[in-house]
Amino acid sequence: MTVISYLIPISLILGGLGLAGFVYTIRSSQYDDPEGDARRILSDDWDDHPKV
Amino acid sequence: MSVQADPHRPQMAVCPGCIAAPSGAIETGPTEARLALSLPTIHCQACISKVERGLAKVPGIRSARVNLTLKRALIEADPDIAAADLIPVVEGLGYEAHELNLGQLSSTATNKVGRDLAMRLAVAGFASMNVMLLSISVWSGASDATRDMFHWISAAISLPAVAYAGKPFFVNAWSALRVRRLNMDVPIVLALVLALVTSLWETSLGGEHAYFDAALTLTFFLLAGRYLDQRTRAVARSAAEELTALEVPRAIRVIDGEEAEIAVSDLAIGDLVLVRPGGRMPVDGRIADGRSELDRSLLTGETLPVFAEPGQMVSAGEVNLTGPLWVRATAVGEETSLHRMADLVAIAESGRSRYTSLADKAAKLYAPGVHILSGVAFVGWYLWTLDMRTALNIAAAVLIITCPCALGLAVPAVTTAASGRLFKRGLLIKSATALERLAEVDTVVFDKTGTLTEGTPVVTNIGAHSRRDLEVALALAEASSHPLAQALSRAARAAGIKPAELQNVEELPGFGTEAQLHGAFVRLGRAAWVGAAPVHETAAYLDCGDGRLRTFTFEDGLRQGAHDVVKALQAAGKEVVLLSGDSELPVSALAQHLGIATWAASDLPQDKLERVQQMTAQGHKVLMVGDGLNDTAALAAAHVSISPATALDAARVASDVVLLGRDLAPIAEACVTAQKATRRIRENFRLATLYNVIAVPLAVAGLATPLIAALAMSLSSITVSLNALRLR
Repeated sequence: MTVISYLIPISLILGGLGLAGFVYTIRSSQYDDPEGDARRILSDDWDDHPKV
Repeated sequence: MSVQADPHRPQMAVCPGCIAAPSGAIETGPTEARLALSLPTIHCQACISKVERGLAKVPGIRSARVNLTLKRALIEADPDIAAADLIPVVEGLGYEAHELNLGQLSSTATNKVGRDLAMRLAVAGFASMNVMLLSISVWSGASDATRDMFHWISAAISLPAVAYAGKPFFVNAWSALRVRRLNMDVPIVLALVLALVTSLWETSLGGEHAYFDAALTLTFFLLAGRYLDQRTRAVARSAAEELTALEVPRAIRVIDGEEAEIAVSDLAIGDLVLVRPGGRMPVDGRIADGRSELDRSLLTGETLPVFAEPGQMVSAGEVNLTGPLWVRATAVGEETSLHRMADLVAIAESGRSRYTSLADKAAKLYAPGVHILSGVAFVGWYLWTLDMRTALNIAAAVLIITCPCALGLAVPAVTTAASGRLFKRGLLIKSATALERLAEVDTVVFDKTGTLTEGTPVVTNIGAHSRRDLEVALALAEASSHPLAQALSRAARAAGIKPAELQNVEELPGFGTEAQLHGAFVRLGRAAWVGAAPVHETAAYLDCGDGRLRTFTFEDGLRQGAHDVVKALQAAGKEVVLLSGDSELPVSALAQHLGIATWAASDLPQDKLERVQQMTAQGHKVLMVGDGLNDTAALAAAHVSISPATALDAARVASDVVLLGRDLAPIAEACVTAQKATRRIRENFRLATLYNVIAVPLAVAGLATPLIAALAMSLSSITVSLNALRLR
């Protein structure tokens, strides 16, 4: 049963990571324009260098 | 007026929902201008890049970002750049662009609430997944020390998670309890708190049953319902706001012959205001100079233009048709007759707020019932066993199992599905209970001008004139921008007429156009000016130069779908009524044409309001469809109301549903969808009750386990959501 002592913290940390990721996406306004963001990936404007 | 005055939002008094929103939240700083453009025609990635790149090239623009979901561009620029300068840029790229008044868009505030709910939903979701993982291990056989450890970990996750995620419920329940009332949130909070407390107690005693997972899943499902509800309303609100923001209130003030364009809110009494042909009067006032005709249909429903000359009084909201008018303001802003009418609306609206939604009705039955049930279970078990722990456990189980997960989802899931469906058909549902009220409607009242009709005239007797006369009339009509002249030239062109050759064509604003034909004067215009005997209908008169006088009569063109909607509503067993401020002849003609038996003409705003109230007093549920200022009070007084997007701002604010397209046919469809939606809501209530009927006896008998609670809760929530999806 000692395996539990690894697995439980791991599951909690992974869950926490997922939550932290979600919080980050909300904080950085990534759900404001879902339609536009889905299409922006097709734009070749920033293919050669990242947007500053 | 009871609300604080803000010149940008004069309509606030009629919309209680808007009061909560901060008004004028966006201030234009001195260092930077924030502008917004509405881009209704953009649809793909290429459009985004093209517009953004095009705007970025304009000197002075710091950043431009297109939002495809909202079909908007947000621009940050130097303060000297105005949105009007950017419209030609975007139009040059091949897209339609309109200026948006940022002060009217409070979407940032709405977004904040949505984000907050999403965050809480996410916390509840992640926490419940983790706790469920531990609970499943317990249910599948973990025992003794392992079980206790799992319970303690669950407790460590649940307590902070519920405290954070459940905050909206705690706040609502507290505000209801403070005024000694019960709402749906009171049993929710009680169930959450009791579940956590008994589970903690059980855990500390090494007990078998803990309800941590139930408390979290409950929070999650209930938050999902709240979130759906909030989103549906946010979408409708942002679209409604956009309609308002598209009307940027500007006026031209003249000082010592200098013209300057300023915001209407900056006008003062005594200012001289220039109103160009096609413009709307921004103020009440007296005409100082200029001759023209006024279209008062939005205020009175009258289709016949009124002659305007110096000395005459004008009211805000009237449209100037032919010549420029200089108006000396006698009342501005809140004092104009346009806004005084808003008071009438506020009075009429107070009647409607008494409507209790289905959810409230259910809560009223449900909340005391649940409390009594779990109280009885507690007392019964305590007297039977004299064991506080068992009694409390059972009371908690009863509360959790009866907890209104499904009830909380029942209404928002259905309204989300129905609103989405109607939005695709071009109907914007602004009010949360509009669908329920729409389903009860048995009488439909239509306004005439601008609602059943387009508000643009159509020639009725083009065939009664000789080709020769029509050629002269067409040549004269084409020299004017008056709506009657334009209607005449459209009809003549459509009949294949070529304009006659005329000399010295001249338009006399307010009278008509005149010209010379082979040395004789020909005139097209008002009866008195042409020298004709006026007829009762809307008409233009032609002096053919050889002493003959011809009369062109007009009627208001029917709006697309008007026939269908009246037919469909009558077929559905609803009574259709026509109330108009226009004169008797055109109203009766239209009523006969559409097959409407009950109609009234020359109605003042007060008359319309009284008729609607009278019908309501007779027990009818009235749907009012109208667009003008003269309809606003009636719109607010009716059980539910619809206005077209072309309606005056005040009318749109007073109505529950806005019709976005030109076609009227979706109105009949909306009634059907609303009835279906209400049926689904009732079904959902029944489904939720069914689960309770099965599970509650188990709980009261002390046979419920956390597993049964979890199953009942999830199954009922999922069935309710699936049932709602059938609407799509």
